[in-house]
Amino acid sequence: MRESVRLTVDGRAVLAEAGVTVAAALWNAGVLGLRRSVGGEARGVLCAMGICYECRVGIDGVPHRRACMELVADGMVIGTGAAAPDVPRPASRVPERVSVEADVAVIGAGPAGVAAACRAAESGARTLLLDDAAASGGQIHRRLPGQPPPEAARSWLERLERSGAQRIAGATVAEARREGEGFVLLADCGGAALAVTARRVILATGARELFLPFPGWTLPGVLGAGGAQALAKGGASLAGRIAVVAGSGPLLLAVAAHLAKAGAEVALVAEQAPLGALAIFGSALALAPGKLLEAARYRAAFSDTPFRTGAWIAEARGTDRVERVVVEDGSGRFEIPCDLAAVAHGLVPNTELARLLGCGTESGAVRVEAQQETTVPGVFAAGETCGVAGIDVAIAEGEIAGLAAAGRDASAAPPLLRARARGRSLARRMARAFRPRAELRRLARPDTVVCRCEDARLASIAACGAAREAKLAARAGMGPCQGRVCAPALEFLFGWDSDTVRPPARPVPLGHLAREETT
Amino acid sequence: MPTDAIVVGAGVVGAACAEALAAAGLSVTVLESRFAAGGATAAAMGHLVVMDDSEAQFALTRLSRDLWTRRAGEMPPGCEDERTGTLWIAATEDELALVGNKAAFYRERGVDVAELDGGALAREEPNLRPGLAGALLVPDDRVVYPPNAARWLLSRAAARGARLVEGAEVSAIHGRRVATRTGDLEAACVVNATGAAAPLLTPGLPVAPRKGHLVITDRYPGFCRRQLVELGYLRSAHGASNESVAFNLQPRATGQMLLGSSREFAGFDASIRPAIRARMVLRALEYAPALAALSAIRTWTGFRPATPDNLPLIGAWPETPGLFVATGHEGLGITTALGTARLVADAVLGRTSPIDPAPYRPTRAFPGAAHA
Repeated sequence: MRESVRLTVDGRAVLAEAGVTVAAALWNAGVLGLRRSVGGEARGVLCAMGICYECRVGIDGVPHRRACMELVADGMVIGTGAAAPDVPRPASRVPERVSVEADVAVIGAGPAGVAAACRAAESGARTLLLDDAAASGGQIHRRLPGQPPPEAARSWLERLERSGAQRIAGATVAEARREGEGFVLLADCGGAALAVTARRVILATGARELFLPFPGWTLPGVLGAGGAQALAKGGASLAGRIAVVAGSGPLLLAVAAHLAKAGAEVALVAEQAPLGALAIFGSALALAPGKLLEAARYRAAFSDTPFRTGAWIAEARGTDRVERVVVEDGSGRFEIPCDLAAVAHGLVPNTELARLLGCGTESGAVRVEAQQETTVPGVFAAGETCGVAGIDVAIAEGEIAGLAAAGRDASAAPPLLRARARGRSLARRMARAFRPRAELRRLARPDTVVCRCEDARLASIAACGAAREAKLAARAGMGPCQGRVCAPALEFLFGWDSDTVRPPARPVPLGHLAREETT
Repeated sequence: MPTDAIVVGAGVVGAACAEALAAAGLSVTVLESRFAAGGATAAAMGHLVVMDDSEAQFALTRLSRDLWTRRAGEMPPGCEDERTGTLWIAATEDELALVGNKAAFYRERGVDVAELDGGALAREEPNLRPGLAGALLVPDDRVVYPPNAARWLLSRAAARGARLVEGAEVSAIHGRRVATRTGDLEAACVVNATGAAAPLLTPGLPVAPRKGHLVITDRYPGFCRRQLVELGYLRSAHGASNESVAFNLQPRATGQMLLGSSREFAGFDASIRPAIRARMVLRALEYAPALAALSAIRTWTGFRPATPDNLPLIGAWPETPGLFVATGHEGLGITTALGTARLVADAVLGRTSPIDPAPYRPTRAFPGAAHA
């Protein structure tokens, strides 16, 4: 049993386990509604990984803090909903700016970024690894600081320690641009501005979940699939909670297994893809026996739970939190009571920084050549940002990018190239098998919120003809998540390309923008 | 389909012209190259402000602000119309002396103002730094959300029969005939309301794009209540230097803080320049240091249509019979859209205008060489 810390939540004393995220502490205290939306609705954790800004609360007098990214501290004062402060306490002066130089700057410390940083540093490049989270490993190996890394990540993280790469945790990169012969990155690091000058940049920014709107999806307790897992990894207790896991993709099985292990009763796993598509995919998996074993292991972990294909959540119901979901399977609808709905339709590459740098994209992923070079000379990309393909590909691409950015020729490492080719081919089949079905386009109703930051509803958005127009006229994508949640949904619903990325790519204290020595 | 008037450009000025012409009974077609209110109108702050740089600027801004005020009740909520007022802030005692002159100018012309000393200013806006000398409050100035205000004007025009064609890129204006990719259109009169791009269709118009940067924050309702502008703003707006910044902070109806302003001549390069943005933010922090802690969520740029004498170009363009122009509003296009539309409609219909249109005539003499 870890020690406890004392929090004040909306004026009430709350005890929380030390070291957990604020989001987890609030969840454990039964506080699911964290912020009040623009239209006055209660909203809770969605992505649980710093992307969606739905879990914003006031912490120690500062509004708009992401509960999923902050850790509890003794004496912390938290305000949710209307109890959150409107305006922060005035800062006494412009925050300090720290400048760092590197040969290679790697953004993202997931499997791709860690492999890239290892390879670059081992090749003699001064390497800097920046990550949003407090502990390296990425979403797949997400953990609280101080917790030992999972077995699968240990060897790479130990190698990272030995490699000589410098690691900066808790650094949210907000801007990236070419400057002279190299690049400048601007990050927020615990309230201080961090400016990085680097000759080469490796983007290993990973992916986020694809959320498709349905009535009730904004109710607290409706989370992403990976989001529910991340909340649990952040210290949320799921003991005795009834969960429904739904959406699409192999992640659903891993999530269901994880939630079951964390004490939840998983009432149903609903995969929207039809059985036929999965069977084809399954035969492809036979070429990758490791993956098949992994799936079997996950399935065994919740073997009492019904697993349905060709079924999806059509609606979530409840007053101030989810109480039940309506599941549809093409022939009928039925209701399942639950405390938690974990829903996502696969993953979307995070390409915002790449697009800020001017890198070309294709089908929503960063375009790369043989050595993981993007269309911008000096910028490399690896892993899910180049298209969702899983950890083996991420590591191989990270290694290739790390070698290439340090000036070495990765084509001299055929095993890496083979791993990449094999994984990418499997990923293409997987994307086809788990493609969201057309019925999902018809779930949202005219009054369903699509842009959660701004409460922009389907009807007002549908009156527009493009993402930029929907932004200007209906405010879709205008909020702090900057369209990370709604833009992929609008692409699915209307076929609209995302609007241009405007800096900063992440909310950043305005004071950070006041220190630019360059022209 | 025959049409009396073609308005080229569906920014706020084109939208207002379309409405005014349609209200006068003309059949109107609006041609927009992309989509309505997506250019400088989308980039603009939407501060509806009476200005005192010259008698002509005062006359047009005052007429226009009064027209907006009169219609405030008609606007749908998405226009985010608010009577925020403007605080012209004097940092020093020297500047405070100028506040007196400014106050006298407005009062003589019937515009309501109030002079604030340092203490009163601090009470009015606690997030300004202590020690500022004072301010002039112009309480009836307003703020709107420009893209939706322009759309609303277009919807009013449409209600009177005007037709909006989006995605209709005009390649040339030949007198009363307008060439688009899908064919030519003819009308008794054509209005070029394409902002900084106007000289591309009407060569010889002395208009140049003057780029500005804007930064918007997350929502902090109550951080400030008035539009806050440094008294030296006109030095930046009308100064001769190629590059300038000024403190200009707007509380949006959403609770967001919208920060301007920068000015530079850089052609149509829309890229964000961190250095000038930094100067702009630093300038703001001199007035409101508490801004440093607010989350900035987006930066963008836009192009003001600037003229050599800081006055817009409104009226007939005699070189091309049937052509009228409505551009050159620099940073005052949202404010002066309604007054401009009134002058354009009067010129088209041969009516008498409520203010003297001569200072805005596109053919007036300009100081020095032409800009374009």
